[in-house]
Amino acid sequence: MTSAKNYQMRTPLRRVRGLGAGHSGTTTFWHQRLTSIAGVPLTIAFVIIVISLLGRSHAAAVQILGSPLVAVTMLLFIVNTAYHMWIGLQEIIIDYVHDEKLKLLCVVGNTFFVFITAFASAFAVLKLSFGV
Amino acid sequence: MSNYDAGLTAARRPRPVSPHIQVYRLMLTYVMSGVHRITGFALYFGFALIAWWLLAAATGPNAYGNFEWFTGTIIGQIVLLGFTWALIHHSLGGIRHLIWDLIYGFEPADREMLALATIIGSVVLTILLWVVGYLAMGGPR
Repeated sequence: MTSAKNYQMRTPLRRVRGLGAGHSGTTTFWHQRLTSIAGVPLTIAFVIIVISLLGRSHAAAVQILGSPLVAVTMLLFIVNTAYHMWIGLQEIIIDYVHDEKLKLLCVVGNTFFVFITAFASAFAVLKLSFGV
Repeated sequence: MSNYDAGLTAARRPRPVSPHIQVYRLMLTYVMSGVHRITGFALYFGFALIAWWLLAAATGPNAYGNFEWFTGTIIGQIVLLGFTWALIHHSLGGIRHLIWDLIYGFEPADREMLALATIIGSVVLTILLWVVGYLAMGGPR
């Protein structure tokens, strides 16, 4: 750091502040907090919905799951949980998988798994709700 | 030797390392940290069960019956019990982390209290939910 840059009286801090290696700063950290805050009431709602369906026939379950309030709650639960668990598993992979190719495979697999389960769940709820 | 070279040599010197996890006394709070991650990992795959359940409901009575058959088996019941406990434990653990995010509960006694509350709370709530669930179904199948 003996170059002429020192005479500019400016450090690179201004440009990198809040960004980091991923160029997105603490965005992922913040989104994991957002989804965990939303996850508290949504998980409680999910548990209540599951308990209310226990022991009921398929027809009754379809009617309850398809009712607008339950369907919207389930959709929010699905999307929120999917994003939360995508970030969570990405964090676990980065912490423990050090082989570059295996890491890539895991990261891709994580995204695929989350999209497949989330879209399947969301589609099922929409189908139940629209009754097609 | 220029300043540049001196900097390089310093970088190559073995740096002090932090103590490895193995030299720490077993502590409740770090076990809880691990359990929070493990329950999160388990719940990740548990989400496939939710997708199966919803798809079965959307597919029809037969598919729904297959799902109900699986959840009625001993293995299914164990999986569901584990799912319930993991979900509650991870939720309570998450609330614990949100409390820490607001800069509360960092004192040693508070940390231990929060850890114990998470363990006891998760077990008690799991039992409570299963009792309510069985009552809703009119007794065990």
